[in-house]
Amino acid sequence: MTVNRVLAKMYGSQPAYFDVERIRQDFPILDQRVNGKPLVYLDNAATSQKPRAVIDAVTRYYQLDNANIHRGLHALSQRATEEFESARDTVQRFLHAAEPSEIIFVRGATEGINLVAQTYGRANVAAGDELLITAMEHHSNIVPWQLLCEEKRAKLKVVPVDDSGELRMETMDRLLTPRTKLLAVAHVSNALGTVNPVREIVQLAHARGIPVLVDGAQGVPHLAVDVAALDIDFYVFSGHKMYGPMGIGVLYGKKALLEAMPPYQAGGDMISSVTFEKTTYNRLPHKFEAGTPNVSGVVGLGAAIEYVERLGRANVSGYEHDLLTYATSEVSRVPGVRLIGTAKEKAAVLSFVMEGIHPHDIGTILDQEGVAIRTGHHCAQPLMERFGVSATARASFGLYNTRREVDRLVEGLRKVREVLA
Amino acid sequence: MAELGELYQELILEHARAPRNYRELASAHHKAEGFNPLCGDRFTVYVQIEGDTIRDIAFQGSGCAISKASASMMTQSVKGKTEREAEELFVRFHNLVTGRNSAEDDDAGLGKLSVFSGVAQFPVRVKCATLAWHTLRAALQGSQTAVSTE
Repeated sequence: MTVNRVLAKMYGSQPAYFDVERIRQDFPILDQRVNGKPLVYLDNAATSQKPRAVIDAVTRYYQLDNANIHRGLHALSQRATEEFESARDTVQRFLHAAEPSEIIFVRGATEGINLVAQTYGRANVAAGDELLITAMEHHSNIVPWQLLCEEKRAKLKVVPVDDSGELRMETMDRLLTPRTKLLAVAHVSNALGTVNPVREIVQLAHARGIPVLVDGAQGVPHLAVDVAALDIDFYVFSGHKMYGPMGIGVLYGKKALLEAMPPYQAGGDMISSVTFEKTTYNRLPHKFEAGTPNVSGVVGLGAAIEYVERLGRANVSGYEHDLLTYATSEVSRVPGVRLIGTAKEKAAVLSFVMEGIHPHDIGTILDQEGVAIRTGHHCAQPLMERFGVSATARASFGLYNTRREVDRLVEGLRKVREVLA
Repeated sequence: MAELGELYQELILEHARAPRNYRELASAHHKAEGFNPLCGDRFTVYVQIEGDTIRDIAFQGSGCAISKASASMMTQSVKGKTEREAEELFVRFHNLVTGRNSAEDDDAGLGKLSVFSGVAQFPVRVKCATLAWHTLRAALQGSQTAVSTE
């Protein structure tokens, strides 16, 4: 039984311990009208809004502590360095990594995947080798591997999904071969909301000695992640999808893997000594952090993690699970709606199409009603093709969304039918 | 505030539901594919030319109400026109949907196409309204690669 279900059982369908109206006060942006109607923000899978704690942390950093880090002897530099490294410790605890040096700061999940493809990938993949991904990956977990495969003349294999949007695990089992050099898989599908069975996937891959990269861009905002318990080799996520600033993200890698990898970008901070004859690289994590990093972003990310942890990961998951269940049942009742993605385990994403109505028209009409959703292929064109649609409408939820907002979405969808039917 | 009713006019919805000239044209001299990678809209436009006149035109594909209605009404309005006249019409249509037309020339030779004037209030939908036109232009120019709105 999942944590969500245990909690739902303990506390009923509307958890009393989670005061969403109070939480909404923490997000200044939510308090506005769009096209004359109170904003209903349901595009959280694209980016989440930021609590005041994060906005304040970034502002405070620039107002009081801004300096370049790691090399300065003066007070500001020391403070900035301390804040930067203490946020790394926060991320380490958040992911349950063994050491802070396993936490590499990058721009986002995309850069994390590219880093692994260009370092681990280029060092370990040769002609004739195979890489395994799944049919539900975001383009950012497809294209970096395609580039690598082109360069190395390796093969990209794809695990299919079934009609409900779940991975075909028996096919995955078959596609993991002695030639497979890495398996890359989304924790949670951005277009369908499917939560993939990461534990089982890692076990399958590790049984054959194959490392696993998990794209956690849609995972960390909604689920507790324990890279140690799951024995994950690489985990990437973006700060801005989990209430942190844009332009900051994390690559977690097991220390032994990171140490064996060649550097990614070259520059300052990633070296321990440079002569024109020979450069020695810095130790982890600095080896992978060339140049002045996004210190304010890191500080903001640390604040976002602390914010979510104060609310309680299990509380957030439980509340969101309840909201998704409610939304699924309400939206399904709108005539002509067909859900895309009906996996048993889902998180925070409701993708759907309406008979005879293009998602783009749905998006425009909902926007007029103050309801922000995403329409299109969600950077997952192969997945859209799999389901025989060119696009879907996607409502995605965050910890500040309410049942009343789901009702506004449903009212909006009825209006869509009124206008276009 | 932008008005939905001005975007989704009855005539537009009617064409979106029952697009005209929606078929493959076996006798086409020119054809091109148009693609909007942001929303996945994709149309093929077929053109049959006689001299420099568009003798027949048809389209196929999938897209939103605006892009489909625009393609449908485009085929009606350029049939029988010369390539040059069709190009001029596109320029006027483009000015209409991007709000660059002044009030007095709103109708300047656009006829029924002026029903798309509401698009100007929805800038993100301009690409939907012009996709078929860009594709027609590519077909007439004999472009081999699919046109993209991006």
